Amino acid sequence: MTSFNLNGKSVSVDVDPSTPLLWVLRDSLGMTGTKYGCGMALCGACTVHLDGQAIRSCVAPLSRVAGKNVTTIEGLSPNLTHPLQRAWIELDVPQCGYCQSGQLMSAAVLLKENSNPTDEDIDEAMSGNVCRCGTYPRLRQAIHRAAQLASNGGGR
Amino acid sequence: MTLAFADPPKSTGIPRREFIKLSVSAAGGLLIGFHLPALAAPDKSSGVFTPNAFVRIGRDESVIVIVNHSEMGQGIYTALPQILADELDADWSKVRFEPAPVDPVYNHPVFGMQMTGGSTSTWSSFDQFRKPGAAARAILITAAAQQWNVDPTTCRTENGKVIHGASNRSLAYGQLVDKAATVTPPKEVALKDPKDYKLIGKPIKRLDAPEKTNGKAIFGIDVQRPGMLVAVVARSPVFGGKVDSFDPTDAMKVPGVRKVVQVPSGVAVIATGFWPAKLGREKVKITWHEGGMQNFNTGWQRQQYKAQIGGMGAGARHEGDPASALKAATKTIQAQYEVPYLSHAMMEPLNCTVDLRADHCEIWVGTQFQTVDRAAAAEVAGLKPEQVEIHTTFLGGGFGRRATPASDFVREAVSVAKEAGAPVKVIWTREDDMHGGYYRPMYLHGLTGGIDAQGNPVAWLDEIVGQSILAGTPFAMMIKNGVDETSVEGAADLPYTIPNLSVVYHQTEVGVPVLWLRSVGHTHTAFVTECFLDELAAMGGKEPVDLRRAFLTKSPRHLGVLNLAAEKSGWGKSLPAGRGHGIAVHSAFESFNAQVAEVSVDSKGKVRVHRVVCAIDCGKYVNPNLIEAQMHSGIIFGLTAALYGELTFENGRVQQSNFHDYQMLRMNEAPEIEVHIVQNQEKSGGVGEVGVPCIAPAVANAIFAATGKRIRKLPIRMSEAV
Repeated sequence: MTSFNLNGKSVSVDVDPSTPLLWVLRDSLGMTGTKYGCGMALCGACTVHLDGQAIRSCVAPLSRVAGKNVTTIEGLSPNLTHPLQRAWIELDVPQCGYCQSGQLMSAAVLLKENSNPTDEDIDEAMSGNVCRCGTYPRLRQAIHRAAQLASNGGGR
Repeated sequence: MTLAFADPPKSTGIPRREFIKLSVSAAGGLLIGFHLPALAAPDKSSGVFTPNAFVRIGRDESVIVIVNHSEMGQGIYTALPQILADELDADWSKVRFEPAPVDPVYNHPVFGMQMTGGSTSTWSSFDQFRKPGAAARAILITAAAQQWNVDPTTCRTENGKVIHGASNRSLAYGQLVDKAATVTPPKEVALKDPKDYKLIGKPIKRLDAPEKTNGKAIFGIDVQRPGMLVAVVARSPVFGGKVDSFDPTDAMKVPGVRKVVQVPSGVAVIATGFWPAKLGREKVKITWHEGGMQNFNTGWQRQQYKAQIGGMGAGARHEGDPASALKAATKTIQAQYEVPYLSHAMMEPLNCTVDLRADHCEIWVGTQFQTVDRAAAAEVAGLKPEQVEIHTTFLGGGFGRRATPASDFVREAVSVAKEAGAPVKVIWTREDDMHGGYYRPMYLHGLTGGIDAQGNPVAWLDEIVGQSILAGTPFAMMIKNGVDETSVEGAADLPYTIPNLSVVYHQTEVGVPVLWLRSVGHTHTAFVTECFLDELAAMGGKEPVDLRRAFLTKSPRHLGVLNLAAEKSGWGKSLPAGRGHGIAVHSAFESFNAQVAEVSVDSKGKVRVHRVVCAIDCGKYVNPNLIEAQMHSGIIFGLTAALYGELTFENGRVQQSNFHDYQMLRMNEAPEIEVHIVQNQEKSGGVGEVGVPCIAPAVANAIFAATGKRIRKLPIRMSEAV
């Protein structure tokens, strides 16, 4: 039995501790917001936060998160109020939407560590996340917009 | 070469190209029924008004639009509700969408089956969604008029309400639901005058953005069913290979693995979840009979293709006398252009969930091809198509791979379900998806061009060598006189008024399954024709935009986007040192696109695209917000292929497997993109694929401007430039 804190709640799962966190979330806990894209930490679709840092859950064994705090897209905000989510909707970022959970989770760490990122900062933080629909122009714009929303008092 | 996939599966329906030709006659008479038989009689007790198969209105004021096209990123779950809601005069804030079940009432009005593709969804379904909106509105007016005992013609509608101005009364649609259910629907309804549109033509925001921003959107891979198992399938490493024998012993020892069974496509490992299934698959010992493709390799294929140039082919276009014109030309040039196999590489790998019962089969899948998939599933399950129910989920990208005439991933999932004894979800790993075939074919173009003493092109010969996408499928009857239009589109209809012109198609047979990939033939023909035209311009000392203008005099819409892109990009003005501008113009899916790329190449040969200016003329349009997004999308999709996309074979095996060796364009490489939409009243064209074709030639031509090197092969490698 492995226990960890998921989106603020304690969970325990009886799964082989070498199982990647991604499949524990999706298959054991039914939390399907976190996506499978490559299984090799190449595309970022599976990005979640582990104690506030962005990690690729497809290559993180369950044992690595034991006793720690995991945040998934479902825990980013209770009701789409995170500045990034507001900016995403305002600028209509998603297309197919499959990669967007990972994009948001990567961007959330960027904004937490850097309240006013430059284009170069965005390149550095976001280039691990592939979007096959090519939402990059609006993604970039939305991260800037979210920074603005957060500085206007909408942040968490 | 051998054709390894000799037995195409049977299915009903006919694909896009043929129907696009039929559409001229079909578009005039789009008056089709829009009632589901089961829903024809309104349900008076439910509190929901269901006037037809495309819309439901609730007492709570909700307006649910049932959408027959699949949402794969293009925004169709917004555009089609937008059309219906406009005719209904609905309150847009109350409008939601719902995927349609499979039923003939939801057939594509032009293609005659339920499907999404060919950049046709919005224009082909325009009236299909206007009429049900207008019909529902007429019923609501009648209901209100009856309630007020007034003449219906004295009532109007606005923002989800029927209003009687003379008596200053209004009723919201939700208040009329019960009354409306008793009204006899009108036989004919008037549609709005376009000047009265309130939503059509406006940059409406996507209805699906919120659920794609909090993880709640359900894609096929997210489907969960009670008691569901998960399977992965070991497929032959070589196309056409078969299982000789297998030993499940070690796989069965993996905790969570329930069954290891042979299916037509390989060996399925069925487990309690994806991870044990994948671990189990690694332990299955399989001996394959690899078949005729086991020595196949790309280098050999290239030689075979080159040998076809100059041989007998099928004529796709012939104007004037190219042979004599070439002899008489002042200067001639020959060039071979090549593009490789490409994987669609949707972010969501293929998957399909099946619950198979004795007399019923329920399927959850992100598909573009509902009618075809249902027939295929029924055949595998031994049921009638009506016994198969398909739930269309969100698609994590489609790009054509989820519109497979062979229904390979659906057939396989039903085969696995027959063995599973429980609902089962078959998931393809990224590697499975990349090795699974149905690629954009490899093509070789052999070009010969000639110019006269003034530097004007006088002869153009384009020989296209490659597999037919339609051959070996139920759609093969669309191959006419040896020409598969999906291989030559964009080349055979070259818009330039070159007097002597020949386009020839050499169809090859290779045991690699191929398929349409976003923009299909245009993925290579735009690259080849627009780059070769630049070569002729350079040979004749002509400026690239001037030469295009001179030879597009009979194509005003090509000319329009060409001039717009040139103007907005600052064409002809000086650029920072080391940068070059390249331009391309192309028509596809009845729309017109031009792009200017601003590019530099560093000392290591790394290509950087800084800025792209895109001009799109798709005629009358519904939602410019979605069009801009699709231009971004098409450009980045096309640029990914231009810079990185390539699948190669050694010993019959695809050499690439995941995003480390089949790279995707990333944020740090994405250019700044500027989109200009032409405003006119021309017939609506497509959007979803139209941004793809121009980017590769625009970038290649910009590389020539920056470096003097020609790119004749994709993906772009400066080491291979000439």
